[in-house]
Amino acid sequence: MNTTIVAQLQRQFQDYIISLYQQGFLDNQFSELRKLQDEGTPDFVSEVVSLFFDDCAKLINNMSKSLERPENVDFKQVDSGVHQLKGSSSSVGARMVKNVCISFKECCDVQNREGCLRCLQQVDYEYKMLKTKLQDLFKLEQQILQAGGTIPQVDIN
Amino acid sequence: MEVCNCIEPQWPADELLMKYQYISDFFIAVAYFSIPLELIYFVKKSAVFPYRWVLVQFGAFIVLCGATHLINLWTFTTHSRTVALVMTTAKVLTAVVSCATALMLVHIIPDLLSVKTREMFLKNKAAELDREMGLIRTQEETGRHVRMLTHEIRSTLDRHTILKTTLVELGRTLALEECALWMPTRTGLELQLSYTLRHQHPVEYTVPIQLPVINQVFGTSRAVKISPNSPVARLRPVSGKYMLGEVVAVRVPLLHLSNFQINDWPELTTKRYALMVLMLPSDSARQWHVHELELVEVVADQVAVALSHAAILEESMRARDLLMEQNVALDLARREAETAIRARNDFLAVMNHEMRTPMHAIIALSSLLQETELTPEQRLMVETILKSSNLLATLMNDVLDLSRLEDGSLQLELGTFNLHTLFREVLNLIKPIAVVKKLPITLNLAPDLPEFVVGDEKRLTQIILNIVGNAVKFSKQGSIYVTALVTKSGTRAPDFFVVPTGSHFYLRVKVKDSGAGINPQDIPKLFTKFAQTQSLATRSSGGSGLGLAISKRFVNLMEGNIWIESDGLGKGCMAIFDVKLGISEQSNESKQSGIPKVPANPQHANFTGLKVLVMDENGVSRMVTKGLLVHLGCEVTTVSSSEECLQVVSHEHKVVFMDICLPGVENYQISLRIHEKFTKQRHQRPLLVALTGNTDKSTKDKCMSFGLDGVLLKPVSLDNMRDVLSDLLEHRVLYEAM
Repeated sequence: MNTTIVAQLQRQFQDYIISLYQQGFLDNQFSELRKLQDEGTPDFVSEVVSLFFDDCAKLINNMSKSLERPENVDFKQVDSGVHQLKGSSSSVGARMVKNVCISFKECCDVQNREGCLRCLQQVDYEYKMLKTKLQDLFKLEQQILQAGGTIPQVDIN
Repeated sequence: MEVCNCIEPQWPADELLMKYQYISDFFIAVAYFSIPLELIYFVKKSAVFPYRWVLVQFGAFIVLCGATHLINLWTFTTHSRTVALVMTTAKVLTAVVSCATALMLVHIIPDLLSVKTREMFLKNKAAELDREMGLIRTQEETGRHVRMLTHEIRSTLDRHTILKTTLVELGRTLALEECALWMPTRTGLELQLSYTLRHQHPVEYTVPIQLPVINQVFGTSRAVKISPNSPVARLRPVSGKYMLGEVVAVRVPLLHLSNFQINDWPELTTKRYALMVLMLPSDSARQWHVHELELVEVVADQVAVALSHAAILEESMRARDLLMEQNVALDLARREAETAIRARNDFLAVMNHEMRTPMHAIIALSSLLQETELTPEQRLMVETILKSSNLLATLMNDVLDLSRLEDGSLQLELGTFNLHTLFREVLNLIKPIAVVKKLPITLNLAPDLPEFVVGDEKRLTQIILNIVGNAVKFSKQGSIYVTALVTKSGTRAPDFFVVPTGSHFYLRVKVKDSGAGINPQDIPKLFTKFAQTQSLATRSSGGSGLGLAISKRFVNLMEGNIWIESDGLGKGCMAIFDVKLGISEQSNESKQSGIPKVPANPQHANFTGLKVLVMDENGVSRMVTKGLLVHLGCEVTTVSSSEECLQVVSHEHKVVFMDICLPGVENYQISLRIHEKFTKQRHQRPLLVALTGNTDKSTKDKCMSFGLDGVLLKPVSLDNMRDVLSDLLEHRVLYEAM
């Protein structure tokens, strides 16, 4: 009975993670990240990911402060924030966030405050969305582990 | 006696007179009564009559007068008092009305008169307008004629057609008897009759250009009336009977292409003009009208423009023909050149193979012969044969190399060799000749000159041999110094910037001789093929003049520079060249040129314990890179800034991964500083690899120029990192992982 539950959970996990890739939330880098997780570092991915989300929150907060007042916007600061965000998101494979960062950078280059605010909102939305999704994913992982199974490797082409 | 209230007429009744008076009065009355009727009738007929009141008054006046006269009829005979009363009343009324009318007329008549004057005025105006209408119509006619003429003239680009058409059309429009065009001759001293409308003329009918009448016409742009007897106007055989019609002449400017400058319109100063002469029909009383003269002037201008267009067209046709000829010639030349090149290539191909084969046979057999037992004379002979054949082989190789160098198809053959040994061997080769010429050669190698280097040994030998050989060749006495050192700073050429990199260095070789020296003006020519300085001393030296040119090419291939300094004739000269060589790490192996390196271990699959340093400002990406390397078994230290990196880096770290994301130059400084830190122990320096998100060539070039050993594209996959690490540790350089 346990094995069927495990198998079910595993299938659920597989479907979920594949759907995340297909919907474009994650890209190849995330699967690379998962490869680095082994017995020595069992929580590598979740640690990296939570670090990423903390980073996001902090950066978004700083950038929204910079963009607050229309008359003196420190675009340099916003630019560096976007740069950091882009780097982080591409390191963990957060595809949507990375794409928004690209348009964000463009708005920043032309010093378009409205555009920047829009992008900031979008980034906020995307990372929170991704956070929820990944939390679900990790919950599934925990369930599998508790049921005594192993987390399946998912091959993404 | 009857007393009646009668009035006796004043005069006795004379019967006949009375009768006449009676009848006259009657008629007057009738007339007076009919006048108002007529007036009313006609006024009713007319549309406008502003003086109705006057009419009424006048009518009243007339009627009363008539009444008076009518009543008068009764007064011729005895009449009663009533009649007299009526008569009196009528007379009184008449008097009143007449006086009133008389007074009124004083006002009215001036008005009526003024009406008359206004009418006169309007009539005059109408006549004037009619005249002006006539003028405008004539002008319009003229305009139409001009347009038509212009259209005819401008519809062709052929000179003769233009002129002919002008004359014909003018003749038609103005109904001329004769129309002629006089063109200036080539000399410009005469006018020649070129075209006429009707009459044929003897050829070469010319008129000198300096006639006063011609000057007069040329002096103004307007049409000028000239006398029919002037030489330009005598176009027909003179028959005395006719009264010659009026003649007009106008100048036609002949514009040249060179007259048109871009900025200003042509000035009317030095001009050539043609003369157009127009004759009205004789025996008609016609005169030249102003509008006709204007027409003629306009046409003359148009003709000038049309002629210049025709001239431009001729010019451009000629130019086009010329270009076509040149094109054909160039094409031919190109094909000839191609044939020549093909011939040369064929020749070289033949030479390459056919000539080398016997050469090799000679050299090989001579060497073998050297190994056998020989008498001293035989040995000397064999050695000479060998030397000569080697020289010949070198010459052939030189020529081939040069042509390949020019094609750009020559590539350096890199290998590791012993630099010190190379110098000694070159000097050994030259020593025999130097000893014979009594020229001592001194070799001075700098202490920090690396022993084992990576480069093209054969070509370097060739260069040094060539330079030192030249020094020996062109020196009659004195001595030769050869110095070799490592150079860091810029060389003489200001645009050549030497960047010290970790695994490369620049070798500088200076060869000083005390020979004939070189005229500073000749120095640039030295490096051109086949050019030799003409001094007597060199005439006997032989050689094809290729040596320096080839050496320069090789030096350039090795990313270096070569030049010669001389203080002048008789003061010797110094040849200096820099070349870039790689430093080899194998210090315990002897000359290994040509032997490929065999890796000590197979591909490193396991990097256990490999100490690496990761520098990244971004926490997440730092963590990811660390995770990657830890997974591969490395021992990873992480730092988040350049300062930290410099503090932490040590000889224990084998590789340093640096994140270079921002486009500024500051990030690359860390690489330079690490180089600086390890200047003394170059071989202990860790390998520097940049991690960047940029894939373009400029980033790669920048990394190379700042001394990085490799560049990686982020994000790095696990397999990629594994390959990269093993490549890096094996070859110590990595520039293809993009």
